[in-house]
Amino acid sequence: MNRKLVFCLAGLSLLIALIAPPAVLAADSPYIFGLLLVGPYNDHGYSQAHYEGGRYVEEHLPETKMLYIDKVNPADRPGVTIPQLVDDMVEKGAKLIIANSDDMKDGIREAAMMHPKTRFIHCSGDDVLTGKAPANLSNLFAKMIYGKMMGGFAAAMTTQTGKIGYLGPLVNEETRRLAASSYLGAKYAWEKVLGKDPADLKFSVTWIGFWFNIPGVTADPTQVAQNFYDTGHDVVISGIDTTENTVVARKKREAGKAVWAIPYDYKGACRGAEKVCLGVPYYNWGPGYVRMIRDAKAGDWKSQWIWMAPDWENINDPDSSAIGYNMGQALSDDAREKLQEFVVDLGTDKIQLFKGPLFYQDGSVFVKEGETASEKQIWYMEQLLKGMEGSSSAR
Amino acid sequence: MIRNLAEILLSLMGVLLFTTLILLIAGAPPFAAYIHIFKGSLGSLNKLSHVLNAWIPLTLCSCGLLYTFRIGLWNIGVEGQVMMGAVFATAALRLGMGGEAPLFYLVLAFAAGIIGGGLWALLAGFLKTRGGVNEIFAGLGLNFVAQGIILWLIFGPWKRPGIASMSGTELFPINLWLPQFPGLRMSPVGLFLAIGAIAVTAMILRYTRIGLQLKAVGGNERAAFLLGLNPARNMLLAMIFAGGFAGLAGTLQVSGIYHRLIPAISSNYGYLALLVVMLSNYDIRIAPLVAFFFACLNVGSIQLPMMLQIDSSLSGVIQGILVLAVLGVQAWRARIKIGTQGVKGSPGGANP
Repeated sequence: MNRKLVFCLAGLSLLIALIAPPAVLAADSPYIFGLLLVGPYNDHGYSQAHYEGGRYVEEHLPETKMLYIDKVNPADRPGVTIPQLVDDMVEKGAKLIIANSDDMKDGIREAAMMHPKTRFIHCSGDDVLTGKAPANLSNLFAKMIYGKMMGGFAAAMTTQTGKIGYLGPLVNEETRRLAASSYLGAKYAWEKVLGKDPADLKFSVTWIGFWFNIPGVTADPTQVAQNFYDTGHDVVISGIDTTENTVVARKKREAGKAVWAIPYDYKGACRGAEKVCLGVPYYNWGPGYVRMIRDAKAGDWKSQWIWMAPDWENINDPDSSAIGYNMGQALSDDAREKLQEFVVDLGTDKIQLFKGPLFYQDGSVFVKEGETASEKQIWYMEQLLKGMEGSSSAR
Repeated sequence: MIRNLAEILLSLMGVLLFTTLILLIAGAPPFAAYIHIFKGSLGSLNKLSHVLNAWIPLTLCSCGLLYTFRIGLWNIGVEGQVMMGAVFATAALRLGMGGEAPLFYLVLAFAAGIIGGGLWALLAGFLKTRGGVNEIFAGLGLNFVAQGIILWLIFGPWKRPGIASMSGTELFPINLWLPQFPGLRMSPVGLFLAIGAIAVTAMILRYTRIGLQLKAVGGNERAAFLLGLNPARNMLLAMIFAGGFAGLAGTLQVSGIYHRLIPAISSNYGYLALLVVMLSNYDIRIAPLVAFFFACLNVGSIQLPMMLQIDSSLSGVIQGILVLAVLGVQAWRARIKIGTQGVKGSPGGANP
């Protein structure tokens, strides 16, 4: 009797599995694209910037529809893998899938190999450069180095203690590059604009271990930010996907401390923290997505590595610039004016911060005197720069 | 057994009711949500393979836990045993990177995984039998240690060149991945092992001397001792079984699913398996079915954020409610037992 029941149940589940309707193939239109977000879609940071880029595509390319899923990381969704989510999106008719995080590199490559007819865009990866990418996988990223230089510039123009903290995520080429860009921007403002002694500028980097807080796994970014402010750093620049540094700064300010913050990633990240926010370097994924999806839709696809530059005519043009800098209300009028000049000079190459001589932390040469670093050199920086504090590599 | 099933159905109905309520409060259509979970888990062969990918480690852990529950031990440390299995398996596979004879290293990885999980369980067992440390605390502590070891390895000795990220260790070359069914993201090896584990566990617990001894010690440790059994040795034996199966699950996670070591390698399957076993009333015939249901829920609930834009934490809420339902059923069961026999229910004294 008992055994019968077990068999009945087992049979029933099998039957259900078999008669369940096969996935309905989506009609040819609209063109469905998938978006895998590493964090919450409304994180006021990196993932939200991508999410809004996806919405921008829906608005600007007729007959497109976005499927998205957020919190795609093993801590938030234990047991869920990138290839598994891709399988599902392909079943739902997605023809192109965007993976938004460096963390998805292995998973998206595996998925791309298993779905050769689907196109894949991996943001911030370098599989095309390293030759590991299959033909249906492209890499897309924006030249945030410039945004970070602007952030560093604003920080150095504002700091009263001469101590700037950088809240870093994990250590890799991208994060070293962005921390170094912030430092170069800060150093330029400190030396060339304010005419101060470079030895008096302290730029410290602390890495938390991932792009956002994972309790028990990463260092807690709130505590790291607090620690920065408590040790005399009056400006903290965020390199992580979320806004802890800004939240902590706001609280410190309410408690009467003269501190500032520079968040990251998302245009609206200063909202609610106007008194401490010196502005935010942000991504504007919409135009890049539109270009790639339009091409893919028209059948014009090739595997490529794209590093999108800002539109120097107007870095805050939502329809053309891949990155921008949204000035914060806490930035003084003078600093604002100087920053605007700085942006113009960056655009005309009058100021080239990756120009030699530049040294790595251990004193070895990064860029020789009289040379300017190539794109590849900047992309693959091996260490932080001399003059920055904090661990540089994972050797 | 009928009563077990009735209890399970009852708790599931409770869960359904609560979940519906929460969905209504959240302003989401409950019926559509259930349909999406159903289709998202059993809607296609491909999805079924994802479900089985969750079912396999869940079932392996559940099988292991049946031994420890049988002898009256709460092996909370199963989560850490999965992790250490994964660590040992990774160590073996790293030896085989870039080398010949991938099959040899895969087999080695499985042996290493079982040993890793078993040793970790044995440690908790020794703390219990020699040190008098309650196995719940020992296990919980060892889970944290295991997680710490994984993080240390990923950020330290096993990090990718130039990178310090919790994204995990370098991906294994494809010849060290478990072979998969063509076109499906699933390995026949895992399926075979899980089914084998069910059969072996049922056999051992039901028909062998070991099974009888575990039950005897679990039922009454002192009486078993007086009858000439060695409770400590049997406890260690049960722990080894549990750890071995958990280690096997960890090995599959590394070699078949993620193809590298990641911080969340255990995917909470250990903790989830504790629930599976309790919900199935420590019955090997029911546990695989409950595990299957949990696996469906895990895989299918991904559809909620994707299709209905329900905040993705809802699947966590459902699992939380399941925990409460399980506890409710346990309390109810204990009450009935006291009412009918005057005996306090313990895991070890549960049905065969």
